[in-house]
Amino acid sequence: MATDRPPAIRVQDLQKRFGDVEAVRGVDFEVHAGETFGFLGPNGAGKSTTINMLCTLLRPTGGRAEVAGFDVVTQRDDVRREIGLVFQDMTLDTYLSAAQNLRFHGQLYGVPSARLETRMRQVLELVGLWDRRDKDVSTFSGGMKRRLEIARGLLHSPRVLFLDEPTVGLDPQTRASIWEYLNELRHAEDLTIFLTTHYMDEAENCDRIAIMDAGQIVALDTPQALKAAIGTDRIRLETDDEAAAAAAIKRQFGLEASSVAGALELHVPDGERFVPRLLADLGVAVRSVSVTRPTLDDVFMTFTGRTIRDAEANPGSEIPAMFRGRR
Amino acid sequence: MTTTVQTSLELAPVERPPTGLAADIRAARIVCHRELLRWLKDRRRLAAGLVQPLLWLFVLGTGLSRVVSVGSENVSFRTFLFPGVLATSVMFTAVFSGVSVVWDREFGFLREMLVAPIRRTSIMAGKCVGGAIVATAQAVIILALAGLADVPYSPVLMIELLAVLFLASLSITAFGLLLGARVANIQSVMPVIQTVITPMMFLSGALYPTSGLPVWLAFATKINPVTYAVNPMRHVVFSHLDLTPAAARVLDPGLTWNGWPVPFALQLVILAGLGLLVFAIAVKRFSKTD
Repeated sequence: MATDRPPAIRVQDLQKRFGDVEAVRGVDFEVHAGETFGFLGPNGAGKSTTINMLCTLLRPTGGRAEVAGFDVVTQRDDVRREIGLVFQDMTLDTYLSAAQNLRFHGQLYGVPSARLETRMRQVLELVGLWDRRDKDVSTFSGGMKRRLEIARGLLHSPRVLFLDEPTVGLDPQTRASIWEYLNELRHAEDLTIFLTTHYMDEAENCDRIAIMDAGQIVALDTPQALKAAIGTDRIRLETDDEAAAAAAIKRQFGLEASSVAGALELHVPDGERFVPRLLADLGVAVRSVSVTRPTLDDVFMTFTGRTIRDAEANPGSEIPAMFRGRR
Repeated sequence: MTTTVQTSLELAPVERPPTGLAADIRAARIVCHRELLRWLKDRRRLAAGLVQPLLWLFVLGTGLSRVVSVGSENVSFRTFLFPGVLATSVMFTAVFSGVSVVWDREFGFLREMLVAPIRRTSIMAGKCVGGAIVATAQAVIILALAGLADVPYSPVLMIELLAVLFLASLSITAFGLLLGARVANIQSVMPVIQTVITPMMFLSGALYPTSGLPVWLAFATKINPVTYAVNPMRHVVFSHLDLTPAAARVLDPGLTWNGWPVPFALQLVILAGLGLLVFAIAVKRFSKTD
């Protein structure tokens, strides 16, 4: 990741108010050029509002934002030309073929006709739909439609690709294949990806993650750093004598162990190094032991008080009704 | 696949398309092209657009001609009905073209257009012109049947009719767009068309002569915008028929405002003006982003 280049997205004190409701309350962050940036948060946190402002679909009520070096308010069309958008809801014309959808898009974005056909082939091959280019989109499966939308989002060679829940509503296999294409893409194109997701494993793919809650960014770092910051690994211990083991742990290490579902649990900073000492000094027979690293779900829970899955509910509720589509 | 793609992918620098009016027209043309593509693909819509006018013309026209006296020796009711049926056909096709923006919104494609680096006016203008071309093209098929309604195939008549048809289509598609902007979802489209368009059709004089109507009906006809589409079409057709002055007075009485005969050109200006007005309102409604 090149950090010497200007940031792909720069947001300063961005605000959006709908009447009395402050949806976004002064948000600051930067997305580096070339990175994959995950944007997480419960519904109603202001995620979609923020994205819609970055995509020039909503006008901020305060602060400013630049995407690809252009101001989202004063240089709207420049921003639009530099970004690719894949929304939660499908935005394809199912009456037309895949190629017709792409051609329409390419022309609207001013891709010169001489390069359009070459570029169409590139993006369709990238998502594995070149063979199906002349088929009507109405015959496509959900995963194929999503891949086509990703291809379309890339057609005009954007510098920033926005993916709003790119795999929502898709089965696990299709999700995996979409991510294969996305990973391929990150290496093939010099592209910044800005994505929202409710899937923890997808968030793990990101270079950095921002967590938004109640209109503010509450955490922003790499997945590893975020997990390290909330600290401790969880050790789960099955013993022959739980009470004796708990007492020994308290005596030897000064740690509180609690009994959870037939096993002892305790939290330590570096679990894997702690386990050998624990076993050596415990003096109680141990039947099994496991060490669990904090997950992003734990991170999410710490900052928002909810699990990522709980946060997933009626997606798209923040989009003005006029722009909302349906699958 | 992977390896070949990786080597061939590069950032294609997007050349800036022209800006200003040229860009707006270009964008409108692209949107218009999509309307035509969709229409050509949708055979059912093509067929459905023909059934109704043919029923009017040959079933209603033939059936009623036994009981309706059109007050003249050499004009059949079908001939009288012909321009009205053209107008009716154009009206329904054009309104549907305009209202199709509701489908675009419901199925998400509107968003694809709204986020593109183009002006809203271009999107609406493209849909409007595309819809008007579709409506006019459908009417051409009916126009081809002119002979069956004893309307002569005069080239001048056909060109004049096409011009009026296209103008009417533009205005009515714009009206459809405005309806589309106000209708919340697909379910509401049919009721709106039933309650708005059907009365406009009946009050336009498309299906009966406007001479000698009771005062209330004559008034309703005059304030109905569609009248300003139907009347010019009828006038164009009847000016190419060999009619006695008495018959012409009954069948093609023209429009009067408080006794003043409204000139043909002014009727067209009113039609175009109303079209522009509803177009402007529709664009305004679609431009509300925040």
